[in-house]
Amino acid sequence: MELGFLLGSIVKIAAIIAYFYGVLWVMSLPSRWLKIGGMVVAFGVIQLGLTKFGNFQLLNDFDSGLLFQACAMAMVALGLNLIYGFNGQFSLGQWGFYGIGAYTSADITYRWVNGDARGLIVVGVGTIVGAIILTAIGRLVKKIRGIPVLSAFTLYLIGTLAAGFIAVMVGRLLHPVFQPLLGTNLDPGVLAQGIPMQIMFFLAVIFAGIFAAEVSFLFGLPVLTLGSDYFGIATLGFTIVVNVLMINSDTVLPFPEMKGGRGMVGIPKLTTWFWAFLFLMLVVIVMRNILRSSTGRAIMSVREDETAAKAMGIDIAGSKLMAFVIGSLFAGMGGGIYAHFIGFLSPGSFDFLVSFNPLIIVVFGGLGSMTGTIVSSFGWLFFLEGMLRVLLGQMGTEAPTWRYVLYPITLLLMMLIRPQGLLGAVEWGFLKAKVVSTRPKKIPTPTDSPAVEV
Amino acid sequence: MQQVSTPSQTSLPLVKTHTRLAWIGQLFFIVLGLAVVYILGKNLISNPTLFANIFISGLQLGFVYAMIALGYTMVYGIVKLINFAHGDVFMVGAFVSFFAVTRFNLHQWPLAVFPSIPPMISVVIGSISVILLSMLICILLAVTIERVAYKPLRDAPRIAALITAIGVSFFLEYFGALNFVFSPRFIPYERPFEVVAWYIKGGIHQVVPGTQPPDGSITFSNILLIIMLASVLVQIFLQFLVKRTKIGVAMRAASYDKQAARLMGIDVDSVISFTFAIGAAFAGLGGVLYAIAYSSIWSQLGILPGLKAFIAAVLGGIGSIPGALVGALIMGQAESMTAGYISTPMRDAVAFTILIIVLLIRPTGIFGEPSQEKA
Repeated sequence: MELGFLLGSIVKIAAIIAYFYGVLWVMSLPSRWLKIGGMVVAFGVIQLGLTKFGNFQLLNDFDSGLLFQACAMAMVALGLNLIYGFNGQFSLGQWGFYGIGAYTSADITYRWVNGDARGLIVVGVGTIVGAIILTAIGRLVKKIRGIPVLSAFTLYLIGTLAAGFIAVMVGRLLHPVFQPLLGTNLDPGVLAQGIPMQIMFFLAVIFAGIFAAEVSFLFGLPVLTLGSDYFGIATLGFTIVVNVLMINSDTVLPFPEMKGGRGMVGIPKLTTWFWAFLFLMLVVIVMRNILRSSTGRAIMSVREDETAAKAMGIDIAGSKLMAFVIGSLFAGMGGGIYAHFIGFLSPGSFDFLVSFNPLIIVVFGGLGSMTGTIVSSFGWLFFLEGMLRVLLGQMGTEAPTWRYVLYPITLLLMMLIRPQGLLGAVEWGFLKAKVVSTRPKKIPTPTDSPAVEV
Repeated sequence: MQQVSTPSQTSLPLVKTHTRLAWIGQLFFIVLGLAVVYILGKNLISNPTLFANIFISGLQLGFVYAMIALGYTMVYGIVKLINFAHGDVFMVGAFVSFFAVTRFNLHQWPLAVFPSIPPMISVVIGSISVILLSMLICILLAVTIERVAYKPLRDAPRIAALITAIGVSFFLEYFGALNFVFSPRFIPYERPFEVVAWYIKGGIHQVVPGTQPPDGSITFSNILLIIMLASVLVQIFLQFLVKRTKIGVAMRAASYDKQAARLMGIDVDSVISFTFAIGAAFAGLGGVLYAIAYSSIWSQLGILPGLKAFIAAVLGGIGSIPGALVGALIMGQAESMTAGYISTPMRDAVAFTILIIVLLIRPTGIFGEPSQEKA
């Protein structure tokens, strides 16, 4: 019985691998309409599986839960792969940005459902004003070249605090206007009925992602100047600090609705396969296009050889920061997907022991392989669940612990036997390094370097 | 670096540097520092005895961290690896002493073998043998870990070894959480000796067991004295070992340049194993003392003290033995002050904030020498 479940999981993993092979192949088709049509078909296949026909449902709630979780995890892991796999900065802070994204987006929709628009207004205004102010300061800092990093950081920090202040003030100003329009949870007003929750969800996820990206910009600016493993420890520290702030969110931070260590309940469950698929594909396309661009080549050259890249005139600090911020943006969006799927957030799920999960996924999938990361995020969740079922039969209540005993052993074996990951640097379809070039001649690019050989 | 030719005197520099603007960043940290000094000063004046009690508890914590930090600092000094599993070796040390005391009554063996000796001496010898057993098992564990997991990756990128270290750490934590090993629960720890506490209020008095010391008194116990004594002894021993003995010279040579040390006839592999063993021995000692001091242990005990001890090692200057002590004492104070005056969970946040600030302002730590090459 349990073995059957494990076999079922393996079959599902195989199906998912085939599915993503197909999706990536479809995305590499030459015509735009074929691409879009193929994506719709790819979306529809799973959607069909999730739909109930009478009593028959191919993918039950358990599977769909895993699927959504895997989508969120794939986004987080892709972000980490950009930071660690492509840029070579060993970060353990991804889980912290994931948590920030989850809590921020959950706060927006939770407040909206309960007749309080301040979550949306403050976060929205704050991220937009913050982005404007940070860009302005960035221009200024670029003009005074050679400014010490810590001084630049202080300027950015003051700018961010100003943006936060403005956002809170705007929220306070607009709150009385929105309150009657929104009504309450039991008696929704005009606005709450007028705007579909799906739009709110989209805005919440986007704003949460941008918010996480801005936090990562402020954190990354000084911390990215550290050496490789010190950077890892500092980012681990970031995850722990975020987790501690989550535990104290109702005492130290002024967010009583997050309920501190007891966990935030009552988040509207808005994640559907449509949104999960859309956001995952968005992340995949954006990341692939970034990596194809000159920015992406700069990011990868930093990993290969910092000194040589610097000699070529590449802005090392800028590339590192770019990768870190984009990676955190993906993590924040993944957090939004997760929060609205699970409907309940507790600081325990953002504990730093769990924060190694995306790292393990990236290492398994292969550093610098987007395909590997996507496949291993899905495979990881389905395999772990399958393994858990098997162990539950054998070990009873100790099964989760056993799972975490086997899991570092696999990691160790992986590091000792195949350190480049299961798929190495293999990419499929859309993500392959060889693209149909419009250029007359093939110009050798850093992406053709042996480090990303197929 | 020495400039061979100096054309810069004639040609204009390409990038105008604005090092003068460094005051903006410095001002930020000065304001931060002044705020901390202000809060501490205010609390010191308003309630000196509470401050002293918090200080003593921080001292106790700091000396325990010092013993763990030694292992981090020595291993990092030689193999440039953040040995994440070190904190779990510390946890194993605590558990070994727990089993030795509760299951096998090892702390009472002198009385059992020689019934005529005074109980006081029996407790001292018994406790020391419990500690020695913990140290021995920790040494075996650490050397095994080093041989199995780290040695094959010695030439791999540093991050690969770091991920392996994280894996080993996870394995020990979760393997320890199994029911037939240490179980996932908090376990009350039975001390091998009695706690004797004193309080200071117009002279030093002994606290009568089972009663509370009077209000407004500064209390301390024999555990604090034992931890301080052990920590100072360990420091002296290590200073002697590293500065005066042959293996110490070999360790310093290996940390300076492994290749050259190998050419000089030093068996670098066994020096590295020896370093792991020494670090693990002190982690085991620290584990026993931690368990005695806080009398509650569980399988994930090692994670946070381990990380904080690592921060202490960075703060003191990684690779420096007195630095580990100084850094650990500062960390102990920071943690206990935060727990006392702000909130208990915030102490973890403060520890990592300190780490980030130290790495930004002075990455080499208090006692560290500026490194010649970039990490």
